[in-house]
Amino acid sequence: MIIIISLLVIIMLTAAVSAIFFKDLLNAVIAACMVSLIASVLFYLLQAPDVAMAEASIGAALVAAIFIIAISKTKRHEE
Amino acid sequence: MKKIISLILLFIICLGIVFCLQDIPFGAAKTKVGHYYIDNGREETGATNIVTSVVLNYRGFDTLGEVTILFLAAIGLGAVLATLKKKGKRQIEPASLILKTGCRFLFPLILLFGAYIFIHGHLTPGGGFQGGAIIASAFLLVYLGCRERKINEVANKITESIAGLVFIVMGLIGLTVGGHYFLSNFMPKGEINTLFSSGIIPIIYIAIGFKVGSELTGIIDNLMEKS
Repeated sequence: MIIIISLLVIIMLTAAVSAIFFKDLLNAVIAACMVSLIASVLFYLLQAPDVAMAEASIGAALVAAIFIIAISKTKRHEE
Repeated sequence: MKKIISLILLFIICLGIVFCLQDIPFGAAKTKVGHYYIDNGREETGATNIVTSVVLNYRGFDTLGEVTILFLAAIGLGAVLATLKKKGKRQIEPASLILKTGCRFLFPLILLFGAYIFIHGHLTPGGGFQGGAIIASAFLLVYLGCRERKINEVANKITESIAGLVFIVMGLIGLTVGGHYFLSNFMPKGEINTLFSSGIIPIIYIAIGFKVGSELTGIIDNLMEKS
């Protein structure tokens, strides 16, 4: 259990840091979504299914969609 | 020079946080209110899901604030986007057959799942916010898969307003009839662990589900169509 959780946390941290450093904003959004998705799995493993549901549906689905719509209306690459 | 100053500032803030937090034992309960909810929540509110009993019964007023914040955010986005000029008629690319068919089959299922989540909010994990977000994602699927279809904006706004009104009216009825405070649970608790139980909690959660769903759908609609 502790191994799974620490592995997930390591992937989450990597995704969070790479979301900052990506120049392609679409990649950054997907990395940020991955943080939310893994956070929801962690919430579930830590026995908080209510929060896990909210995190998965809002953080991983709707926020990503809103960011991707915003990117498609503006510029994709960061200068 | 600037970077060094900001690093020093960051270090000082870190030090402050560490000094503040080192006296608090990790994972230990400092207050008794959490144990009170776990021990007495079921009997007092009739809701099997303790999180729901806290969110809608003991801290119902905070939930009203949360819903209001979401409402203000949606209105702010609409106001910002309304000032933009439309760039003429945008041509809609038709989606592929697979996407269209999949969207047509998945849309009612996702809608049903969202409704299940917020109707059973007092029995199983989940509730109005989660169910509403799932319903909004179903409408997002329609916007992605069947671009020629549009939601009825007026019906969306009416649903949102009625749901918000139901919440506030239930609170005001509790002010006059039940425990004489805002959002008091004035209806009979019913049999624990059945669908029709725990008084006003299911009614308010259904209202929140409709409200959050229509608000988030409105946000997506504003972003997709008005810019």
